[in-house]
Amino acid sequence: MAGLTLASRSVERRGYSPWRETWRRYRRHKLAVISAVLLLVLAAAVIFGPFVWRIPINEIDFTARLEGPSLAHPFGTDDLGQDILARMIYGGRISLAVGLAAMAVSVIVGTLIGALAGMSRGALGHALMWLTDLFLSLPQLPLLLLLIYLFRDGLKAAFGPEGGIFILIVLVIGGLRWMPVARLVRAQFLSLREKEFVEAARALGASPVRQVVRHILPNAVGPVIIAGTIDVAAAIIAESTLSFLGLGFPPDTPTWGRLLYDAKDYLDIAAHWAIFPGGAIFIAVVAINFIGDGLRDALDARRVI
Amino acid sequence: MGQYVLRRLLIAVPSLLGISLVLYTVLALAPGDPFGELSTNPNVPPEVAAALRASFGLDDPIYLRYLHWLVAMAHGDWGFSFVSRMNVDSLILQRLPTTLYVIGSAQLLALSVAIPVGVYAATKPYSIFDQIANTLAFIGFSLPTFFTGLLFILVFSVKLDWLPFVYTTDVKGTGIHWALEQLRQAIMPVMVLGLFQAASMTRFVRSAMLDVIRLDYVTTARAKGLGQTRVIVKHVMRNAMIPVVTLIALQMPAVFGGAIVTEQIFRIPGIGSLLISSILSNDTPVVMAVTFVFACLVVFFNLIADVLYGWLDPRISLR
Repeated sequence: MAGLTLASRSVERRGYSPWRETWRRYRRHKLAVISAVLLLVLAAAVIFGPFVWRIPINEIDFTARLEGPSLAHPFGTDDLGQDILARMIYGGRISLAVGLAAMAVSVIVGTLIGALAGMSRGALGHALMWLTDLFLSLPQLPLLLLLIYLFRDGLKAAFGPEGGIFILIVLVIGGLRWMPVARLVRAQFLSLREKEFVEAARALGASPVRQVVRHILPNAVGPVIIAGTIDVAAAIIAESTLSFLGLGFPPDTPTWGRLLYDAKDYLDIAAHWAIFPGGAIFIAVVAINFIGDGLRDALDARRVI
Repeated sequence: MGQYVLRRLLIAVPSLLGISLVLYTVLALAPGDPFGELSTNPNVPPEVAAALRASFGLDDPIYLRYLHWLVAMAHGDWGFSFVSRMNVDSLILQRLPTTLYVIGSAQLLALSVAIPVGVYAATKPYSIFDQIANTLAFIGFSLPTFFTGLLFILVFSVKLDWLPFVYTTDVKGTGIHWALEQLRQAIMPVMVLGLFQAASMTRFVRSAMLDVIRLDYVTTARAKGLGQTRVIVKHVMRNAMIPVVTLIALQMPAVFGGAIVTEQIFRIPGIGSLLISSILSNDTPVVMAVTFVFACLVVFFNLIADVLYGWLDPRISLR
């Protein structure tokens, strides 16, 4: 009898893993699931789009200037007769790549600083938290503009116009958004480092690095994932804002923000030119935010779903 | 309370110094000579260029240069704008009231939307109203200001032709007509900025209210026989506003970011559009000064939030 119970329990347990459980909880959030599908479709469209939609992004056709959506140009054309769909596919690659790369920068920097502040018991922790608070009170957009203004030419010379600006934008956006991650990680570390299982690892002679990497960090990863998701959306908005102000990628690189910047003087005669890229930014951002919301429900172990 | 305000003021000083240090380091690390424009710009006489170089002490060691710069800034000597041909401080003072007017009205609009909606949503959690408010708030803060700005122009200026989309300082007309015209041209920028703020604030207010509404003292207040309005307004809201004040203060840098974008879209002559135009024309003293003014404004609003915090929660000011 006892054997039978054990066996049936192990059958039940076979399907269990933390990720499967997270997925089960995530699925409950309908909008988050829809958003995930939407985002995947968007990502697939910008990755595989150029193989299907073969109009070059810079094919100028003065006979088809500022045309509304049609079969030949589903999203219409701009003032030079360039196909907006093709340009949006290209721009979407940049926007999503900037979002992901800037998120990686902010998560790595934030986790490092948060972990250091959370593990140190002395002045270092206080100094790092003071630094975090200082960065939180920096005016982000003005500083972003200032940094781009000052470093643009140097990096352009070193890595080419597009590569240089990409590196700069990713580093600056990531470098100004790590603070929430650092705070979350520190808060998690402060409580986790006193837990029994960490003490046991310490008693067994685990080095501080091993304690952090093997024992503490895996337990602190939930909030970081959520913050990282939101960061992707924030980075996409930041990049589009820069491009919209005319200070992002070079003018011939059609990022979504840049398309809006070019379109804003033609609102009265070619509204489609602004609505499609703006809509793309909105859909990407709202989808990512909903995914973050769903992950928050799924990863918060205290919440019963 | 007076002592608390003083202590907060003293805490603001190191953060201002820290920010100025960050800004100066950025300027010093920048490749090339940020004042290289001086030698090539024919509008700037060589002696002015030399005086500027000296006032920025470009040949001293870095810490001395920082100190010089700091002292000059503290004295109100903010340099000379190459493009506008006037002192940077008077240029900024000219533009600042417009920015503060737009940001201030937008914050008022945001508060007057967010507090009632958030409070009402929290008193009926998971009701239809709450769900609609939540979804709208989610959409609201996912819509970037530059896109809402363009949509507003498209709908209210181009299609309906109700509102002007270019902001002018010299409004024609006098008296009541002038005031109305001023209001009319501010509607769209304030709406764009205010609704964006309102979206995230609504969520803060709702979750703060929900945290407080479950506490025992609220049940006690109800048990004493107080009416719903009185319980919510006098007992719940006062405590729920404490975390909201902090969250709003943390949002201030984002507000200024939104203000820059809004000023650019509607061509409002504030310091945000000044920043953009001086970046485009390589006017370094103005760029530095405007960035610093934005930093000061953020610190200032954090200070106000701290004081409000002490007023809402007297325990903090006594500590």
